[in-house]
Amino acid sequence: MTIEKTPVTDFATDFDHTDPAWVADPYPIWEDLRARCPVAHTERYGGAWFPATHAGVTQIAKDTENFTSRTVIMNDGRPDELALPSPIGVAPPITSDPPFHQIARKLILPAFSPGAINPLEPQVRALCGTLLDRVAGGDVVEASWDYARLIPPSVIRQMLGFPEADTNVFIDIVHTVTESVDLPMDERIAAFAPIEEYFVRQIEDHQANPRDDLTTFLLNAEIDGEKLAVEHVFGTMILILVAGIDTTWSAIGSSLWHLARNPSDLERLASEPDLMPVAIEEFLRFYAPVTMARLVKHDMEYLGVTMREYDWILLGFPAANRDPAAFVDADRFIIDRAENRHVAFGLGIHRCAGSNLARLELRVALEEFIARYPRFTLADPDQVTWSQGQIRGPRRLPIRVG
Amino acid sequence: MRVVIDADLCQGQGRCFSIAPSLFGFDELGNGVVLVTGELTEGELELARLAEANCPEHAVGVIE
Ligand code: HEM
Ligand code: SF4
Repeated sequence: MTIEKTPVTDFATDFDHTDPAWVADPYPIWEDLRARCPVAHTERYGGAWFPATHAGVTQIAKDTENFTSRTVIMNDGRPDELALPSPIGVAPPITSDPPFHQIARKLILPAFSPGAINPLEPQVRALCGTLLDRVAGGDVVEASWDYARLIPPSVIRQMLGFPEADTNVFIDIVHTVTESVDLPMDERIAAFAPIEEYFVRQIEDHQANPRDDLTTFLLNAEIDGEKLAVEHVFGTMILILVAGIDTTWSAIGSSLWHLARNPSDLERLASEPDLMPVAIEEFLRFYAPVTMARLVKHDMEYLGVTMREYDWILLGFPAANRDPAAFVDADRFIIDRAENRHVAFGLGIHRCAGSNLARLELRVALEEFIARYPRFTLADPDQVTWSQGQIRGPRRLPIRVG
Repeated sequence: MRVVIDADLCQGQGRCFSIAPSLFGFDELGNGVVLVTGELTEGELELARLAEANCPEHAVGVIE
């Protein structure tokens, strides 16, 4: 669904992150904004602000007194309609504020801690190998649609303990969820019916046959000695899909896009595999895929501007990562950058709960791709397309491997 | 010199224990914990400083 919008002429006073110029290449826009104004404004979306600096993003991300996370996707809806209605439920902890946030977050953290995630490495590696086998043979590999896109949902399916035979069903479901984020509410609810049905069936199966997986973990989790309601379990599963899939897909895709265009970086990674963990952090800094949103809680002067209650904040972690005030040579990709305090996973209490998993998937996906194809280039730059919205990454990425 | 993590600031970003697994570990929530007590050796000090410079939450500190 595309709504006709007026093109932006001045991003300082009328920004729109869905404008074609922003989608194609947002970095010069952010650089210009940093030079001209501390915080950009728009009347679109009912009124919104965009701090383009690391300092501004940091201050707002850590300020839960003046900003709420009740919705984190900027849209045309009004705040009183914004809490997702039943059956979807709200998506704790990402849409929760203190004090409930901490309770909902602590509940899921153990399932995503390094202790729980690190043992998945062999499975992720086997999965990447299988996907590469499937596309092997031709000179061109569709590295986004046929590779990066399929990794996160397959890992999540395994973690949730859903049947392997359902992989394709599950990937369809995932797309319905992630694409419905921009739909009007009634269409979103309709889109969710088959998903709810599928998830409830899986939940029932796990209630009957508990096993060692994330679904059973959620079913056994307790708040104040009480098991979670099925709706809470369902809501958390939906959050994991929305938060964990397009994000990681985008990170893998952007990194492969970079390597396809920068042979010297590819060569270094191919010959110095130990560099990978440091390189991963630079990929995450330079191509941070996730921008979040907040709502202003009350009228106030903040960062030198006059904010009104229910104005949006577009919280640009990717823009913060390019701020020269926070990074030496911020606009250069430095594959062995030793000091890299990037904020791709956010800051403060909502720091990405899935960051250990995301890093594992990104690292293994790149390692396996490079092991298979130590040399590759972009097949056709004109065919590369980028997602529109708060998650940024290539959606079509034909790579020449032969 | 010693290395510390301010538990109130740490959000489990995990940079410290991936950069210097000899100095830092993690708890069951994935938050960072310091594994070494007392004075750091020279090599350890360098790693601790690197972790300090990479923690997005400014939770790692190298102190006297
Ligand atoms: C490269 C991939 C990823 C990036 C860049 C990313 C980024 C982010 C960011 C910036 C936030 C902060 C949200 C805010 O401040 O409002 C966040 C939160 C979250 N992410 Fe991720 N994410 C990624 C992958 C994942 C994965 C794989 C999962 C799980 C399967 C996940 C689960 C979550 C959850 C549950 C939250 C909410 C945490 C809370 O509110 O306490 N993410 N993510
Ligand atoms: S890098 Fe910082 S935030 Fe992350 S675990 Fe270590 S101390 Fe905590």
